[in-house]
Amino acid sequence: MLEIRNLHASVGEVEILKGIDLQVKPGEVHAIMGPNGSGKSTLAYVLAGKPGYVVTAGEVTFLGKDLLPMKPEDRARAGLFLSFQHPLEIPGVRLDQFLRAGINGIRKSRGLEELDVLKFDRHLVKKVQLLEMDQGLVRRSVNEGFSGGERKRNEVLQMAVLEPTLAILDEPDSGLDIDAVQEAAKGINQQRGPENATILITHYQRILNYVVPDVVHVLINGRIVRSGGKELALEVEAQGYEELQEAEATLRSSG
Amino acid sequence: MTLSTLVAEEQEVLEHYLRAFGALERNGAARDGSWVAALRRSAMARFSRLGFPTARRGNEEWKYTDIRPIARRPFQLPLPPGSPAVGAAELAAFALGPTGGSRLVFVDGRYQEQLSSRPSLPGVSVLSLAEALTSGADTVQEHLGRYADCDTHAFTALNTAFLHDGAFVHIPQGTTLDKPVHLLFLSTAHAQDTATHPRVLIVAGEGARATVVETYGGPSGADYFTNAVAEVVVGPGADLTYYKEQRQGERAFHVTTTQVVVGREATFSSFNLDLGGALARNNLNVAMDDERGACALRGLYLMGGAQHVDNQVIIEHARPYTTSRELYKGVLNGRSRAVFHGSIIVHKGARKVDAEQVDKNLLLSDEAEADTKPAFWIYCDDVKCRHGAACGQMDENALFYLRSRGLTEPAARRLLTRAFVSELVEGIASETLRDRVDGLVEARLSSWLGDDEAVG
Amino acid sequence: MTGTNQYVKDVATRGYQYGFVTDVETDVAPRGLHEETVRFISAKKKETDWMLEWRLKAYRYFVSLLKKDQLPRWANVKYPPIDFQDIIYYAAPRPRKQLSSLQEVDPEILRTYEKLGIPLEEQKRLAGVAVDAVFDSVSVATTYKEELAKRGIIFCSMSEAIQQHPDLVQRYLGSVVPYTDNFYAALNSAVFSDGSFCYVPQGVRCPYELTTYFRINTEGSGQFERTLIVAEAGSYVSYLEGCSAPMFDTNQLHAAVVELVAMENAEIKYSTIQNWYPGDEQGKGGIYNFVTKRGKCLGKNSKISWTQVETGAAITWKYPSVILQGDNSVGEFYSVALTKGYQQADTGSKMTHMGRNTRSRIIAKTISAGHGSGTYRGLVRVMPTASNARNFTQCDSLLLGDQCGAHTTPYVEVRNNTAHLEHEAFTSRVSEEQLFYCNQRGLSPEAAQALIINGFCKEVFKQLPFEFAVEATRLLEANLEGVVG
Repeated sequence: MLEIRNLHASVGEVEILKGIDLQVKPGEVHAIMGPNGSGKSTLAYVLAGKPGYVVTAGEVTFLGKDLLPMKPEDRARAGLFLSFQHPLEIPGVRLDQFLRAGINGIRKSRGLEELDVLKFDRHLVKKVQLLEMDQGLVRRSVNEGFSGGERKRNEVLQMAVLEPTLAILDEPDSGLDIDAVQEAAKGINQQRGPENATILITHYQRILNYVVPDVVHVLINGRIVRSGGKELALEVEAQGYEELQEAEATLRSSG
Repeated sequence: MTLSTLVAEEQEVLEHYLRAFGALERNGAARDGSWVAALRRSAMARFSRLGFPTARRGNEEWKYTDIRPIARRPFQLPLPPGSPAVGAAELAAFALGPTGGSRLVFVDGRYQEQLSSRPSLPGVSVLSLAEALTSGADTVQEHLGRYADCDTHAFTALNTAFLHDGAFVHIPQGTTLDKPVHLLFLSTAHAQDTATHPRVLIVAGEGARATVVETYGGPSGADYFTNAVAEVVVGPGADLTYYKEQRQGERAFHVTTTQVVVGREATFSSFNLDLGGALARNNLNVAMDDERGACALRGLYLMGGAQHVDNQVIIEHARPYTTSRELYKGVLNGRSRAVFHGSIIVHKGARKVDAEQVDKNLLLSDEAEADTKPAFWIYCDDVKCRHGAACGQMDENALFYLRSRGLTEPAARRLLTRAFVSELVEGIASETLRDRVDGLVEARLSSWLGDDEAVG
Repeated sequence: MTGTNQYVKDVATRGYQYGFVTDVETDVAPRGLHEETVRFISAKKKETDWMLEWRLKAYRYFVSLLKKDQLPRWANVKYPPIDFQDIIYYAAPRPRKQLSSLQEVDPEILRTYEKLGIPLEEQKRLAGVAVDAVFDSVSVATTYKEELAKRGIIFCSMSEAIQQHPDLVQRYLGSVVPYTDNFYAALNSAVFSDGSFCYVPQGVRCPYELTTYFRINTEGSGQFERTLIVAEAGSYVSYLEGCSAPMFDTNQLHAAVVELVAMENAEIKYSTIQNWYPGDEQGKGGIYNFVTKRGKCLGKNSKISWTQVETGAAITWKYPSVILQGDNSVGEFYSVALTKGYQQADTGSKMTHMGRNTRSRIIAKTISAGHGSGTYRGLVRVMPTASNARNFTQCDSLLLGDQCGAHTTPYVEVRNNTAHLEHEAFTSRVSEEQLFYCNQRGLSPEAAQALIINGFCKEVFKQLPFEFAVEATRLLEANLEGVVG
C-alpha cells in the first residue's frame, strides 16, 4: 500500500529525514517510535504533503501512485489521513460543516455522489455513537476551546468519519492519561480492517499495549535504526532511547 | 477671554520664541559647526510655521491632550546654573547608586562636569552633546537630526531650534557595556517659568550591547517645561535597552520625543516610567527598518491628583520578519487622566510581521479618566497583529477572596494593585533597575493605599 | 499556493450582479441644491409647514457647513470632492395614477424587485416578512400593512407617516440625530425624500420581520432616505434593510439617516444587508454610502442591536451607534464589511454609556481583498454617570492578497472607574496551517478559504434573522467567488 524508499527531507536548510525505507501492507499496523526531534512528525508531515517540508531525495508510492507530486487535499482524497499531534482551531467553523466539506471533497474526487446534510448527519451520528462521544461536540467550532484530550478524540472521530485507507497517527496518546489512552486506542482499533493500514507514531510504548502493532520501527536522527515485532517496543521502553542513540552514533561514525 | 485673544496669546508666545532664538544667534552662544547652525535655523523656521498643535478640531495626534497651557506661556531659557548647581541630596534622590557606570548630569539642560562621572571605556563615547559638537565627532554629524522629524512635529522643531546640549552616547561595533549609562536631567526652580530642550543621541554600532537610563527630575512646586528629543540608532545585531523615568514635579510640563531606528536583527527594549509632571507626553516612534529586527516596548504610569499623561507609541514595520511587543499599564488615582495612543503600521511587502500591543488601565478613583486608542494600519496580508485593551477597577471577586483570607481591605487593594503592575516590574532584566522601579512604585502606591502595616 | 492566489484573484475581480437599469418614467427635481429644491421636495410630498421649516433650517445649516468647508475628512477614505450642485435630489417613478394596491405598482418596478429577489407580491412573500420598498426616492409598496395595523403597529413610508401621523413624526424626528449632527445628516434632513417609518405600541411584539428594500435607479440621483423606528415600552421589532443600485460610471451619493428610539424594556433589532453598486474593476462609478445611524436606548432595560453586512458601495462611511441612556440598557453592533476592487469602507460603531449598568458589545469583522481598504473605527465612551458599564469589543481583520489594507482605530474613553472594558483584535490572513489542516481533510484550497472566511463571519451572521443569514452567507460567497461546493 505504502512504499517509502530512501526518503530524505528538509525543513528550511536542515535535513531531518536522512534515508527512510518503509513498506506498509493492507491490514498492518506499524508503530514508529523515537525520541523527541528524531523526525517522527516530519515523516508524517512529508507523507501528508505539508508545505515547507521539502523532499530532497527518495520516492514514495501510495496505492501504486507516486505520492510526492500530489497536493495535500489530493492525498487526503486518495485515502491518506493524518491525525495531527497538535490539531488546529478553526474559529466559527462547525465540526460537522467542516467534515461534510471534507468527505464530499473526497467523494467527488472518486466520482461518488455527495452526501446531503441528512445523509451525512446519519453517518456522523453513527460514528459519534460508536466512539461514545458527546453529540454536542459536532456542533462546536473545530477544536475551538477543546481540551487537549478532546482534540485528540476529535482527530479519531475525524478519522472514523473519513474512513481512510492509510491513517497516520502522530502521537495520538501524547498528553493523555491512561484512561484517555485506552479510549483513543479503542477508537483506533475500531477503524482497523483488512483493507486499511495504520502508522502509529509515538514516543511511549504505553499505547501499544492497546493498539497492538505488527511491526515496530525505531526512528533516531532521521533514520530507522531498528525494526522488529511488537516486543521491540517493550525493549525500547526498558532500555530507553539513549543506548539506541549511541548505537546509531557509532554506526554513523563507523559507516 | 475670547477666542481671538487666546489665539493672540499663542501668537505672542511664538514671537517670544523667535526673539529668544534671535538673541541666542546674536550672542553666538553656540560655537559649534555651521551645519548645526543651519539645522537650528531651519528648525526654527519650521516651528514658526507649524506653531504648537493646539487645534481642538481634527487634531488626531493631540485629541486627548490639550497643550494650550504650554502654548500660551512664554517659557524662558534658563541662565547657566550657579555652583553648585544642585545639592547632594537632590542628586542622590535621582542618582542610580554605585553601579560604576558612566553618569552624565545636566542641570537646566546644561552638562555639569563636576557632578558627572565618566570611567574610561575604550572606544566608547559618553559625553555631553555640546562637547561632541565642538570636538566635531563625525558620528554626531552623521546622525543628529536625521531621524527626529521637524517637518511635522512642532515640539521636535522647537527642540532642534534650541539644541545646544544634551548627551551623546556611542557604543562602537562589537562592544558590550556591562554597566548602564545614566543620563540625569534635572530642572531647578527659577523666578520665571523656564524651558529646557535637552537632546540625546545614542548610536549602538553593529553587535553592540548596552543599557542607557534617562532620568528626568526636578523640584515640585515650580513650573518648568522640559522638551526633550532623543534619537536612537540600533545598528545591525545590536541590543539596546533604553530605560526612561520621568519624575518631575507635580507642576512640571514634560514632552519627550524618542525616535528609534532598529536595524537588521537588532533588538530594542524600552521601559518608560511616568510618575511626575502636571502634563507629560511621550512620543515614542520606532522604525523597524530592516529584517528580523525586534522591539519590546513597555510602559508604566502611576498618576494621581490632576496629573495628565499621554503615551503616543508608533511602531512602523517597514521590513519583513520584524516583530514588536508593546505592553503599557497605568494606575490612575485622584482626578488624573491617562491617554494611550498606540499605532502599529505595517508597510506593503513587510511580510511575516508579528506585532502585539496591549494597554491596560486600573482606575482607583471615580474621577480618574483613561482614553485608549490602540490602532493598526496594515498594508500587507502576511502578518500577525493583535491588540488588546482593558480598563476598569479592581476585581471585586478577587478583593473579596483576599479579604476572606484575612487581609484588610486596604491591604488587599494594595496587593491587587501591585499584582496589576508586577508583570512590568518583574519583566525588567537588570536587577538594579528592577529594584529601583520596585521601590518607586511601592512608594507611590503606599502614598495612595497605605503601607504594609495595613496587612492584617 | 497557486490555488490560493487564484481564489484571491477571483475575489478581487468578481462582478456585480444587480447592475441593471429599470425603464420607468420618473419625476425628477432639477439638478442642484437650492432653497427651491427643498421647497420642491416638501411640496411634492404635500408636507405641513413645520416639516418644511425643519427642512429649511437643516438646509441653511448645511449651507453654512459647506461654506466653512466643514466636510467630515477624518475617515480613512479618499475620493474627489463632491459637487453638491450636480446631484438630482429627488427622483420618483411617476405613478400612472394614485396607488391603491400592489397590483397598481408599475410592473417594471415589480419585475425589478423580483430580479433582486425581493418578493413584493403577497403570495411569493417569505412567510413573516413585511416589505416596504423604496425606489429611488419614494416608497413604492408596503406589504402586510393591514395585518400589522390590527396590532397597532404602524409600518409605512416616511412620506405617509408625515401625513398620517404628524405628531409622532414631529416628536421623534431628529430626536436622535439632530440636523446639526454632521454634514451629511444636515443634507439628509434638508432633502430626504422618503424612507420607512415604524411605530410599535406598548407591549406589542411585532410578529414579522419588517423589511425595507432600497434601490437607486436614476443616473445622477442621490438617495436620501430617512428611517425612524419607535418602540414603545415592552415592545419588540426586528427590521431589515437591503440595498442595491444599477451600474453607472458616475458616483452616486446615498446619505441616509436612521433613528431608533427604544423605551423601557423595548428591543429593536436592526439589520442591514448593503450591496450597493461598488464601481467597476478600475474603481470607476459606484455608490458613496455616507450614512448616519443611531439608536437611543431611552428607557430602562431597553436594547438596540445593529447588524450589518456591508459588501457593496464604492465608499462606505457609517457608524451605527447606540446612546445608552436608560439604566441597564444594552447596545450591540455586529458587522461584516468586505472591500474588494477599489472599494473603501470606514465603518464601526459608537457606544455612549450614560445610564447605570449599561452594557455594549461590538463584534466587527473586516475582510479586505483586491485593492480594497477596510477600516474599523469605533468609540466606546463611558460617561461619569454610567456606573458599572460594561463593554466588550472585538474587531478582527482578514486580508486576502497583498494590495489591500485593513485598519483598526478603536477609541476607548472611560470616565467612570466602575466600568469594565475589554477590547481585543487581530489582523491576519488565512493561516497556512489552517489551510493545510483543511486540505488534509480533503478540502480544496478554495473551499478551505471560503469555509474559514465564513467561520470568521459567523458570529455576525448568526445575529441575522434566519432567511437573511442564509442570504448574507450567499451574498458573501458570491462576492468571494470560488467557493464551497
